[in-house]
Amino acid sequence: MTITEIQDDIIADFSLFEDDMESKLFYLMDLGKRLPPMTPAHQTEEYIVKGCQSKVWLFPVFEEGKLFFEADSNTEITKGLVSLLVKIWGGKTPEEIMSSELYFIEKIGMSHMIGSQRSNGFSSMIKQMKMYAFALNKAQ
Amino acid sequence: MSSTLLDIDSIRKQFPILHQKVNGKDLVYFDNAATTQKPLTVIDALNTYYSLHNANIHRGAHTLADRSTGLFEATRKSVQAFINANESEEIIFTKGVTESINLVAQSYGRKYLTAGDEIILSQMEHHSNIVPWQMIAEETGAVIKVIDMHFNGELDMQHYQSLLSVRTKIVSCVWASNALGTINPIKDIIDLAHQFNAVVMIDGAQAGSHIEIDVQDLAIDFLALSSHKLYGPTGLGVLYGKRKLLETMPPYQGGGEMIKEVSFEKTTYNSIPFKFEAGTPNIGDVIAFNEAIKYVTVLGKDAIAQYEQSLLTHFVNGLYALQNTFGEKAISFIGTAKNKVAVQSFVMENKHHFDIGLMLDAKGIAVRTGHHCTQPLMQFYGIEGTVRASFAFYNTVEEIDILLESLKKMLERG
Ligand SMILES: Cc1ncc(COP(=O)(O)O)c(C=O)c1O
Repeated sequence: MTITEIQDDIIADFSLFEDDMESKLFYLMDLGKRLPPMTPAHQTEEYIVKGCQSKVWLFPVFEEGKLFFEADSNTEITKGLVSLLVKIWGGKTPEEIMSSELYFIEKIGMSHMIGSQRSNGFSSMIKQMKMYAFALNKAQ
Repeated sequence: MSSTLLDIDSIRKQFPILHQKVNGKDLVYFDNAATTQKPLTVIDALNTYYSLHNANIHRGAHTLADRSTGLFEATRKSVQAFINANESEEIIFTKGVTESINLVAQSYGRKYLTAGDEIILSQMEHHSNIVPWQMIAEETGAVIKVIDMHFNGELDMQHYQSLLSVRTKIVSCVWASNALGTINPIKDIIDLAHQFNAVVMIDGAQAGSHIEIDVQDLAIDFLALSSHKLYGPTGLGVLYGKRKLLETMPPYQGGGEMIKEVSFEKTTYNSIPFKFEAGTPNIGDVIAFNEAIKYVTVLGKDAIAQYEQSLLTHFVNGLYALQNTFGEKAISFIGTAKNKVAVQSFVMENKHHFDIGLMLDAKGIAVRTGHHCTQPLMQFYGIEGTVRASFAFYNTVEEIDILLESLKKMLERG
């Protein structure tokens, strides 16, 4: 699936909850719980995303020109958010990641998750993942 | 419904902000320890001031200047009465508790502290009653001592007594803890300090809206209040100081208003309170603050405290009920002192306070999560932060039930 298709899928899933923010957050936490566990050795200070209120770890794995991510967080909602990013960008090429627009967050009614003090971390996660894509692209 | 002398329905009508939807739900505002909402009388006073009276004070001879000066000074008199100060000149307007404490630390501290002198603080202080003292301690070589705490959130008064000595120059202590709600026995704290000729600064940020204040009866040397925690405008506070202390203190900032005469050779300073009010003050907010004081005074601190305590009891009992259902560990109370203002902090097992805060926000409920600017206190409990619900007289038991219901739902999900 393309980045656009995956985002549209996510938007369709969340649209079932209409305006029920509580259910959306519960669902988001459930998605976070399904994130595969990180390799403990990768869950280090070095891979903590800076600028998040809660702790987020992101570990990039490069394989055959594609980028995969291991991720975790100490808070459930943030873990849910990062799991969405992993779903959208995991297994994509650096070009695909760098040229993509993320529009799902507004569409699922969670734009208040970005930019506000509560989770400026979300923008930091996006930036960090794009940095990894940039680095991989240069190395190739 | 709890019985109360207050007519909560008509009170709520006076607070327009309460009547809105957040995330599609009726707003439930339980972050009153961070800042309180403003009644219409305060909002209208701001509007009236800028529509009719705005002029710089203590200067021009024109009618508007006279009027605004009169209104401004009227608030000073109201604050004097509100805290039962001996004279209105002992009331200094500042930006808030933070600036009031910095003023005392910088002015009194710099003049009177020397190397080896001791400043006593407590384990439960807000950062704004820690950092200003650290700064002046570093400058003067004074040493900071910290009063221990019991696990329930009460100060260890025996430890306090053991810290006091002839080296103690300043004791600065919070009256009511913003994170725990604990009301500290400040009368004893002050009396003991005075036996060693130490001066006492009281951080009244959380006390102002809940507790009757009589600075003369308590013999408080310095008291700091914030208007915004007392139903008044933001960016405004009060420093009360005894005349005999304020008079010996050097100015804190230089500028207009605070001088008597200026020449390039020598400047003489104005008398108190103006010596400490350099520049054009926050005139509009000071004038509107008078309405907040009137509002609280008319309701009466006793009636307010009684009603707020009934809210706190309702909430605490609700949390106990959740413990009964989901196990004692499901919810841990942080702050169980006997004597408390209407604040309850708690943590939930396997739930980060960040998630709880967002989940509650999704239901329109505003609580505070995090360390509440009291990191040393969080270190004492070995936690990163708490969820804190803090109540005001416009809150209701029905709102508390909405909060309890949301917590229950989170616990059911596991
Ligand atoms: C106990 C306590 N002290 C000091 C402060 C600082 O008050 P302000 O930010 O109004 O200066 C607060 C406010 O959060 C407080 O709760």
